[in-house]
Formats: sequence, structure tokens, C-alpha cells
Amino acid sequence: MMALFDILASAGLWAAVLRIATPLIFGTLGAVLCERSGVLNLGIEGIMTFGAMVGWLTVYNGADLWTGMLVAALAGAVFGLMHALLSVTLGLSQHVTGLGITLFASSLSYFLFRLNVPLASTPPTIVPFKPVSIPGLSDLPFFGQAIFTQTMPTYLAILTAIVMSYVIFRMPLGLAIRMTGENPHAAEAQGINPVRIRYSAIMAGSALMGMGGAFLTLSAFNSFFPTMVQGRGWICIALVVFASWRPGRALLGALLFAFFDAFQLRLQPVLGDRVPYQIFLMIPYILSIAALALVARRAKVPQALMQAYRRGER
Amino acid sequence: MTTVLALSGISKRFGDIIANENISIALRKGEILALLGENGAGKTTLMSILFGHYTADSGTVRVDDVELPSGKPRAAIRAGVGMVHQHFSLAPNLTVLNNVMTGTEKLWSFKSDTAAARTKLLGISQRFGLSVNPDARLGDLSVGEQQRVEILRALYNDARILILDEPTAVLTNIEAERLFSTLKEMAKQGLSLIFISHKLDEVMAAADRIVVLRGGKVAAERRVGETSKAELAELMVGHRVTRPIRDAATPGAVALEATGVTVRRGGVDRLKDISFRLCEGEILGIIGVSGNGQAVLSHLVSGLAEPSIGNIRLFGEPLANLGVRALIESGIGRIPEDRNNEGAIGEMAIWENTVLERIWTPAFSKYGLVNRKAGIAFAQRIIGEFDVRGGRPTSRTRLLSGGNMQKLILGRNLHVRPRILIAAQPTRGLDEGAVAAIHARILEARKQGTAVLLISEDLDEVIGLADRIQAIVKGRLSPPVAAETADPRMLGLMMAGEWLQSEEAGHAS
Repeated sequence: MMALFDILASAGLWAAVLRIATPLIFGTLGAVLCERSGVLNLGIEGIMTFGAMVGWLTVYNGADLWTGMLVAALAGAVFGLMHALLSVTLGLSQHVTGLGITLFASSLSYFLFRLNVPLASTPPTIVPFKPVSIPGLSDLPFFGQAIFTQTMPTYLAILTAIVMSYVIFRMPLGLAIRMTGENPHAAEAQGINPVRIRYSAIMAGSALMGMGGAFLTLSAFNSFFPTMVQGRGWICIALVVFASWRPGRALLGALLFAFFDAFQLRLQPVLGDRVPYQIFLMIPYILSIAALALVARRAKVPQALMQAYRRGER
Repeated sequence: MTTVLALSGISKRFGDIIANENISIALRKGEILALLGENGAGKTTLMSILFGHYTADSGTVRVDDVELPSGKPRAAIRAGVGMVHQHFSLAPNLTVLNNVMTGTEKLWSFKSDTAAARTKLLGISQRFGLSVNPDARLGDLSVGEQQRVEILRALYNDARILILDEPTAVLTNIEAERLFSTLKEMAKQGLSLIFISHKLDEVMAAADRIVVLRGGKVAAERRVGETSKAELAELMVGHRVTRPIRDAATPGAVALEATGVTVRRGGVDRLKDISFRLCEGEILGIIGVSGNGQAVLSHLVSGLAEPSIGNIRLFGEPLANLGVRALIESGIGRIPEDRNNEGAIGEMAIWENTVLERIWTPAFSKYGLVNRKAGIAFAQRIIGEFDVRGGRPTSRTRLLSGGNMQKLILGRNLHVRPRILIAAQPTRGLDEGAVAAIHARILEARKQGTAVLLISEDLDEVIGLADRIQAIVKGRLSPPVAAETADPRMLGLMMAGEWLQSEEAGHAS
């Protein structure tokens, strides 16, 4: 029991929670944006992988870290455009096109990586984002260590959640996006172009996914390897439901999952001699499923999610 | 009076089908114009062109003498044209206010001015007597209230010309009457209205002028004072239509009998202590405003719900725990209330829908394999025999019009001579021609000895078809009355639950 308390009371745990949560926050927000407009984007896993690769590669080739982030975002948007072409313009099954993009983007990442970086026993590295200390706040006892020792992209992720929440619930643009996700025909009858809204939402959302991936190589680690996204994209898709398609709750959900993950990492050395470590690896997923089952039953799905919109057809 | 809207020479074809052919219509200020026609006459297509959902092949739309660009709903909205769709164009998960104000502000403005929008909405709702709670979630509202939101939204967009596509199709009689008084009030205040309908009564009651469409062309134009229902019916269908008349008959043995049945679902009594008796060769009409337990009643007799208390006897045998399939095998045919969701599967072929109920019989499957040929042949027979138009056995069922889908459902039931037929709202939303056809078939089944349970909210239909009538109110059934002794006034009182009050008073004393 004392051990558990020690883990919870360590500032290191909470700092890790924020770090682990960052790519999930970006990814989940991106997925929320896509789904609010009525399009499921299962390309997320691949887009995150590609973002991780291309962001890293940009920096490895001499550009600065923020340029890496930007390139990752743009690359994400390009995959978003591809998804929009397939799922909006051609009206194909969103499941299939999304999975297709994941497979395509993941493979392409590895291919481009291998073209540019020769096979080596230890992967090449870059100098990642450094924690920024905020004068005053970072010196606070415990909280300074736990919260205010993150890198810039983490703060950016939190800020994005707040901005997106404002856009979706306070701006006419957000209302147009929500209406398109609920009933594109209604949006059209009100003079909104659902196709344009969906394209924009998918591209912007995919850009966020790309940034989520880039965080892994530019901040959390300093090198790229092909399997590094490790299903985070799928976690994001589940977190969207957990969040009931609300950006604020997406932030919360990502933090919750990250907490489970950081906690199990620290629990392993304590109980590791009695319990196999695979059990610990399962904890965050099991708890996520449980949380999902509790919350998601009441969630209000965008009514037109996964429905192709064709003009003049009902 | 000035002409506010002029459609001239509109033509539109979809493939081989001509939906509109050289249609010209003018709407004057402060006028209510009814566009009358059967399903498939081209009314909705015409209005979709006017509103910019479709692009016409030829012809122009002019508002206040300015031509509208085709295919742009936004331009129509700006010119002051508002559309109230038959299938509402609303988002159930958003609030009333959100639904109304979507698209009215610049997309990129930094903040949505909800306070101003609320004031404007409430102002309009007061001016026309359309009360609504701006913060209610749309999906929580009744159908009538949702329609009110559609109208409010059009008015919120400063519509001066309002187009209503079959506005009463989803409303109860009382709601419809209220709607028409609202429309008249709007016309009085200077708005111009077009409403689409295939119901003669409401066209006569609400419109100033009537344009009749038939087969995509303007068949006639009449002022209300100068025409009659009979003339309009003939103009609309192209020939004389009369609803079939019921002959006297002696009912046979008791087919279905319920005694003291209560159905409890989710802790609520959906049906309470109901009793009825249905004989062979007889039609028992259950009349009531929809939402009073009709759905549970039809589920009960089709095996989809079980009595919590009381019992049902089918041909004298207690009906206990029989599944749907067993009931079908024992000769119960069903026309479900919601034909699109329960009656047929829209995405499946017509032949698949016709054989679905008896796919397990040797005629349609052997060794677990479906006999496609037999199914298609069977569907072809029903299409021919029941005059189902607009599809081949292999085309998708969703493409059929409501009337034809209903004929198909009726056909697959009557073809095998059911001993009992449960017909729930069999003619809801259908045009005069289709209603007459369905009624004739139901009466024919009665003549052949089928016991028919007719659940309907249409007074004329129940009086015209049923031998005996019971009213359903709040899950309870009134004692039966003979059709000969019933008149609309009496049935109206029964539907309002007058017998219920006297019954309750009786219990109390």
C-alpha cells in the first residue's frame, strides 16, 4: 500500500502522464474534428506513423524542430485530402478507405525512412524539444515538477483542446460542422456546403493527427522506428467515443489513459516479481474499455457519421 | 395582386422518367396555393427545382421578377424562399436554436451571437403563434413541434415565400388543423405559400387556389370556390375514383380473442386490461390518435410482445409463447405500421422482401439454399396481381413509392390467404388511388373469410371498412360499437376517451 502511495505522490508520475497524453490529445482532437463533420478517419494510425517519420526526417536533415512539426501537420493534411477524396467525393466506405490509408501511410513511412536512412544497429537520433521552464510556476513545489516541466508541444496540445472546444461550441463555423455531422442535407438546405465542410474538417483533423505522431519522434523520443505508434491511433478512436465527441472531454480522456499507462509502468518494478509484466501492459486498455462501457452508452453519436453525402439524394 | 414567384416552362427528366414537363405556375402575394397530385406526379421534384436542390433541364424560376440561378439553395434562401421539407431537414441532436441559426451567420465570425438569434426567434414565434422552447433538444420534440421548427427556421431566414412539402403527412388531425390556421395567419400577414398535398379535404379547406399535377404536367388550375372534391379527385387521378363499399356479411367463428390483456414494458402499462373479439369474415376497427398503444397492440397480435396479464386465444387455443414464425405459419398476415422500417427492407430486392416471411418453406428454400427462381417468380406474380408499379422483382425495394410498397406488403400477405390479417395504418400517407386499391383488397379478404384487425387513425377509413369499432386511448380499449350506429362525431368522442372518464367515474362510485 505504501508503495502505491509513493507512486501517486511522485511528481515524476504526473509529469509522465502529461507526456504520454500529448500524442493522444492531438490524435483524439483530430479524430473528434473529423467525426463531428460525419467522417470516421481510421487513417489515424498510419497518419500518426507518417507524421512521426516525416517530422523526424525533416529535423534530421537539418531543419528546426518546429519546421518538423509543421511538415508533419502538412503531411497529415495531405493524407486527409486523400481520405476526403475517397470518402466524401467518391462516397466510399469510410472504414475501408481509412484502413487503407493506415496501411498505405505506415508502409510509405518505413519506405521513405529506409530510402533516407541506411540500416544501422543503433538508429540515428536528433536533438528533441527541451522542457520549457515557466518562470515562477516551474519553481512551485511538487506542481512545478509535475506539471510545468513539459515541452512546448504538450502545452500546444492543451491549448488546441481549448481552442477547438471554443470553435465547435461557440463559433458559427463549429455549428456548421456539427450540423454537417448530424444531417448534411439539413446543412445544405441552410446554404452550407457540406462537402467543403467535410473536406476542411478531415484535413485539419488529419493535420492534428500528424502532429500527434511527430511529438513521438521530436519530443518523447529522439529517433524513429516503424512500430513506434503502437496502436495509439486506435486508442484515440476509442477516446473519441469516451469523450462523447467533445474536445474538453477528449483532453480528459487522454489524460486518464495516460495516467493508467504511467501508473502501470511504475507499478511493474514493485509487483513485478509476483505478477507477469504483460498483465501490467494490459491495465490501461482494460480500464479504458471499462470506462468506455460506462460512459459511451449515453454518448450522442453524430447522426450522419459514416454516411456518405450525395447531393439531391436521400 | 402582384406575382411574387413565377415558374415558367420547367422540365426535368431522370433517365427515362419525365418528372416535370413544361410546368408554369405563378404565385401571388398573400396567397395560399395548393399543389395537388398523386405520389409520383412530380410535385416534390418541382419544388426541389424551385429551391435549388435539383437543376432543371429547362425553364426558369423568377422571384420578384429576378431569375434565380439554378442549383443553389443559398440563392433561393437569399431571395426569400423558405422550404419546409416532408422529411425534416433538421438535426435531432442539436437544440432548436442551433437548428434555426445554422448557416445564418458568417462561418468565420469569431463568436456566434446566440442572444440576438434567440430574441429574433422568439419574436417570430410570437408573431405567428408558433410557440417553441429554443433550448430544447430537437429530437425530444414531437413530430408536430419539429415541423414548427422547420417553419420557424424558414421565417428566421426572412422567407416571404414558404413552400411546404406534404406538411400533414406526419401530423395528427388536430395538429394539421392547427397548422392550417397558422398558414392562413401567415398569408394574412403578407406571406405567400405553396403547399404540396394529395389530400382533397385539406386542399379544399386551406388553399385559395389549386394547381393539379398529373404525370409531370399541369392538369388543371382551379379556384377553391369553383371546384369540388369529386372534380379534383378525377383531375388528379385522370379517371373517376370511388372508394369501395362494404357489403353486409355474417361473421364466422371467433378467430382471435383477447381477455383482460395487460402488456407491461419498462414498468409502464402500454396496454391495460384490453379485451376484443375478432371473427372470421369480419373487420374490427381500432380507432385512435397515434401513440395511444397501437404499436404495442399490433406487436401483441404478431407475436412481438407478450401479455403480462390476461390471455389471447387464437382459434380457441391459448396463444402462449408462440414466436413470430409460428404465428405466420398459423395464418396471421401483417401490415406493420411503419412500412419502411418494419414492413420491408429497403436495400433488399423486391423479390427478397416478398419471400422473406416464408423463406423457410420448401417452396422457397431447400437444404438451406434459397430458391431464387421461385422467389422471383412469386414476386412477379404479386407485382402483376396487386398492380405494384415502379419496380422489377430484382430492383431495390426502397425505390418503390409508399403506395406501391404497401401494395407489395399487402400482396405478400394476401396471396397466401391468411386467416387473420393485422392491418396497422394501412393507408397512411398514400394517395387516393392507392387508398382505394388497398381498401378493395382488404374488403376482398374479408369476403373470403379472413378476420381483419384494422388499426387506424383515419375516421373515414374505419367507418368505411369496419364492421365493429373500438377506440384505443392511453393503452385501453373502449367497448365495441357497430359501424352502422357510428358517426364521425361519436367516434371523435370515443377517440377523445369520453367512455374512459365515465368508466373511471363508475369505478370511483
